[in-house]
Amino acid sequence: MKHQIDFRVNGDEVSLLVDPWKTLNEVLRENLNLTGTKLGCGTGDCGACTVLLDGRSVNSCLTLAVSVNGKSVQTVEGLAPSGEDLHPVQDSFIKAGAIQCGFCTAGMEMSAVYLLGHNQSPNEQEIRAGLSGHLCRCTGYNQIVEAIAMAATELRDSRSEGVKK
Amino acid sequence: MRLPHFEYAAPKDLDEALRLLAEAVGDARVMAGGTDLLVRMKHGLLKTGLVISLAEIEELRSIRFDRRKGLTIGATARLAEVASHPDIRRRYPAVACAAEKTANVQVRNMGTVGGNICNAAPSADNAPTLMAMGAEVSLAGPKGQRLVPMDQFFKGPRLTALEPDEILKEIRVPIPPPYSGASYQHLSARGRVDISAVCIGAMALFEGDICREIRIALGAVGPKPMRALEAENVLRGNSWTDDMIDLAGRKAAEESRPISDVRASAEYRRQMVDVLSRRAVLEARMRAGKRRQ
Repeated sequence: MKHQIDFRVNGDEVSLLVDPWKTLNEVLRENLNLTGTKLGCGTGDCGACTVLLDGRSVNSCLTLAVSVNGKSVQTVEGLAPSGEDLHPVQDSFIKAGAIQCGFCTAGMEMSAVYLLGHNQSPNEQEIRAGLSGHLCRCTGYNQIVEAIAMAATELRDSRSEGVKK
Repeated sequence: MRLPHFEYAAPKDLDEALRLLAEAVGDARVMAGGTDLLVRMKHGLLKTGLVISLAEIEELRSIRFDRRKGLTIGATARLAEVASHPDIRRRYPAVACAAEKTANVQVRNMGTVGGNICNAAPSADNAPTLMAMGAEVSLAGPKGQRLVPMDQFFKGPRLTALEPDEILKEIRVPIPPPYSGASYQHLSARGRVDISAVCIGAMALFEGDICREIRIALGAVGPKPMRALEAENVLRGNSWTDDMIDLAGRKAAEESRPISDVRASAEYRRQMVDVLSRRAVLEARMRAGKRRQ
């Protein structure tokens, strides 16, 4: 039996009829054409499919679409809604050379946003712990860690500027 | 990797969940966070006609601390919530530590301590500490609820005391007695995120320098989480000497029944039981000591 689900994706209201065995990842990519979110291992090990569900980082490959009824989902597309003005995390990934093949990038960035939402000044160890649910097949971890440290500084600076104003 | 087909229900209360489970007569699986169940289904290890999600049952989400009754962890309290809960961090640091060491960030944001226990992998990170601390699980069934000590909950790999028509409602952890301390120690091949190759929980209670009670529980080194009873006997009733602690480590290693698999060899696991059980009892003693001041 298909289930009616109503939820928000990157701020937009979405109503869909889904089979109970469809994952959030399948629905995002196949029904909503939000292919920024990748599917890597499908078993919660690689983190390529990471999205924010009501603000928590989760593996969309292990989240049933039926279970997100009434909830709010943010994907990588939601980080830069205009498609041009990038989120500071995305900017710093480019600046630090943290993108190689790009397959892990969207997931890494979502976890970075989640981490920086909880910890404004993570040290290297905390950044690495925050990425514990991710694999980069190019093994470019150092640049990713640098990018997140850079984004943390950027975000702190823009916040303190906001306070001054 | 796609999921096999199934029907889905997310009842709002436990009675409804129990009714659905009974009606399905064996063709239903209860789901908390889904991080174990869905992986097993994707791998084709498990097929079911109905998935009953507990996620919408409000009462199962809660974590409660009461000065007399102790800690109650609802079946669907997430690992991340248990790891960061202020009362748990303060009064049950070993419980928080085990939750924090389970899997990775995203899985802790989805998975639950209850699910970790019910999945009953021999390596379940949260089992040894709960066993060592004398926790009980409350199981709800058509005839009401019953309490089962964690010691008696695990029956074998992926086998528990849960009857097919029962659902784990909550985990109850007693108040740690004064002058007691607990510890969780684990080791995995690939840093922090891999499934534990060895995991150990210990709880020790002191009267002055004398250890009045000690419980050591070993995970991932037998078909189910197990107590290291002989090691406990070495330490119980004594003021610990270095030799005694060494002997307890060796006893625990002898008692363990590890296998060799992709995560570690049996020989390595046995040696690490020795090392980690010594670390666990020493940290438990240190924490007990802190409480004395």
